Amino acid sequence: MSILIIGAGPAGTRAAEVLVSAGLRPIVIDEAPENGGRIYQRQPAGFRRDPRTLYGFEAAKARAIHDVFDQLRPSIDFRPRTLAWNLRQGVIDTICDGKASAVPFAQTILCTGAMDRAVPLPGWTLPGVFTLGGSQIALKAQGCAIGAKVAFLGTGPLLYLVAYQYARAGAQVTAVLDTTPFAVKAAQAFGLMRGGATFAKGLYYIAWLRARGIRIAEGVTPMAIEGSDRVELVSWRDARGTNHEAAVDAVAIGFGLKPEAQLADLAGVPFDFDPVQHNWVPRKDPSGRTSVGGVFLAGDGGGIRGADLAEAAGARAAWAVLAARGLAADARAVARLDATLAAGASFRAALERAFPFPAKLAADMADETILCRCEVITAGELRAAANEALAMLSPSEVNRAKALTRVGMGRCQGRVCGAAAAEVLAAALSCPAEQVGRLRGQPPVKPIPILPAEAA
Amino acid sequence: MRLQRLAETDRAAVSFVLDGTPVAALEGDSLLTAILAHDGYLRVSEFGDGLRAGFCLMGACQDCWVNVEGGGRVRACTTPLTGGMRVSRRIVQP
Repeated sequence: MSILIIGAGPAGTRAAEVLVSAGLRPIVIDEAPENGGRIYQRQPAGFRRDPRTLYGFEAAKARAIHDVFDQLRPSIDFRPRTLAWNLRQGVIDTICDGKASAVPFAQTILCTGAMDRAVPLPGWTLPGVFTLGGSQIALKAQGCAIGAKVAFLGTGPLLYLVAYQYARAGAQVTAVLDTTPFAVKAAQAFGLMRGGATFAKGLYYIAWLRARGIRIAEGVTPMAIEGSDRVELVSWRDARGTNHEAAVDAVAIGFGLKPEAQLADLAGVPFDFDPVQHNWVPRKDPSGRTSVGGVFLAGDGGGIRGADLAEAAGARAAWAVLAARGLAADARAVARLDATLAAGASFRAALERAFPFPAKLAADMADETILCRCEVITAGELRAAANEALAMLSPSEVNRAKALTRVGMGRCQGRVCGAAAAEVLAAALSCPAEQVGRLRGQPPVKPIPILPAEAA
Repeated sequence: MRLQRLAETDRAAVSFVLDGTPVAALEGDSLLTAILAHDGYLRVSEFGDGLRAGFCLMGACQDCWVNVEGGGRVRACTTPLTGGMRVSRRIVQP
């Protein structure tokens, strides 16, 4: 019976490597046309930038992941351009170029990655507002900047990294606006130093931007993105309470990452609220094994830990799969991976604390702000539903709110607005965010064409 | 807003048709890049709140759907441009 790896990023690549070394031939599925995942995304054929230009300090890692994958190709069943849209008992439903296929598995390692976590702002649906990750993809995969004058707004390591990459590539970076005050980051300095080179790179990006006179503001409160049919202006309040604005034609926003864990959800893996990363995370043991037989997790899809630990977690989960199949493990390799994962955890926690999700910004969003961009539901509509629930003394959580207001019912399934919707609802109900729960995943996890029944 | 081409600009030119008008783009462009490098939006929100130009660029947000003749509704960010493609940004009722 097959082993199915979902996602050909750093976690999926290292998982495949271990399985192939044990003489197995895993099926590797990825929605993208090429391997590498989002972080080490390969540019299309005909593009000629070198790895150093594309991946900066991570060039060696990107190249290593690409090389390993290229060597594995003859030994794996790689299915690119393939969406895994459902997970049932022992079967993953896929679709590739309009052709559906049900793929049975004995074990699956879900390496489904992450996406940007957003906080809706007035004007965030305007053309010219993109996620930080999306802005990075525009540059990396297409050689484009999202606009001629770009503001970077949000928090997290990606904020400074992408601003730096844009400025280096020749884009005009108008401002970098971080919602986290400097003092919050400074308080984590000790923990961050355990990250060694990763921490040093982060400091380098900030110093590089400052040295070029690029405006960096910390502890800001974003106010609005304005424009009639495109972005024209971004405004914010600084830590002292003074209002500012800047003329821009594009804004990249992002407030950390959240796991793309829909398949784990469909598998029936229980989720826990992780208070440090402020995310709902599918439950797994340190090897990546879940309580659902045959389902393993690795990489950011199983909780945000970054690309380096994704590699280790991918390999570790593959060893767990081998154990599940009754095959011998290389005890030393496993011990080394366990040590790497354990050592990385404290740095990751410091990083999450250094760039906390601005839950209050989400909870306080104005009534008229569009919360759910798929269905165009405002924060006020969600609050009204919450108040109604309070008045009727009926229990309320996000899935109920979704049924009442359509928040999160659109075609992204609440990927984009879910985190912020939970904050708005929790604030309206005066309870902690984890108490209102999380939007449940539904198949198909992404829209698919309606197929004749015999094709499915 | 228009996407600004900063690198890889010496690729071969390809043309496609956007809302009935021929538009020049480059080989290797995604449909999203080809459209947004030319004109700053991808679709009109069906709820009347204005224009949209995508958001995540990684196939997650589903806010970049356009209509391709013979191909139906596609996600512009993950669809490679091919020469001669005929693309419409008008609302098409499903």
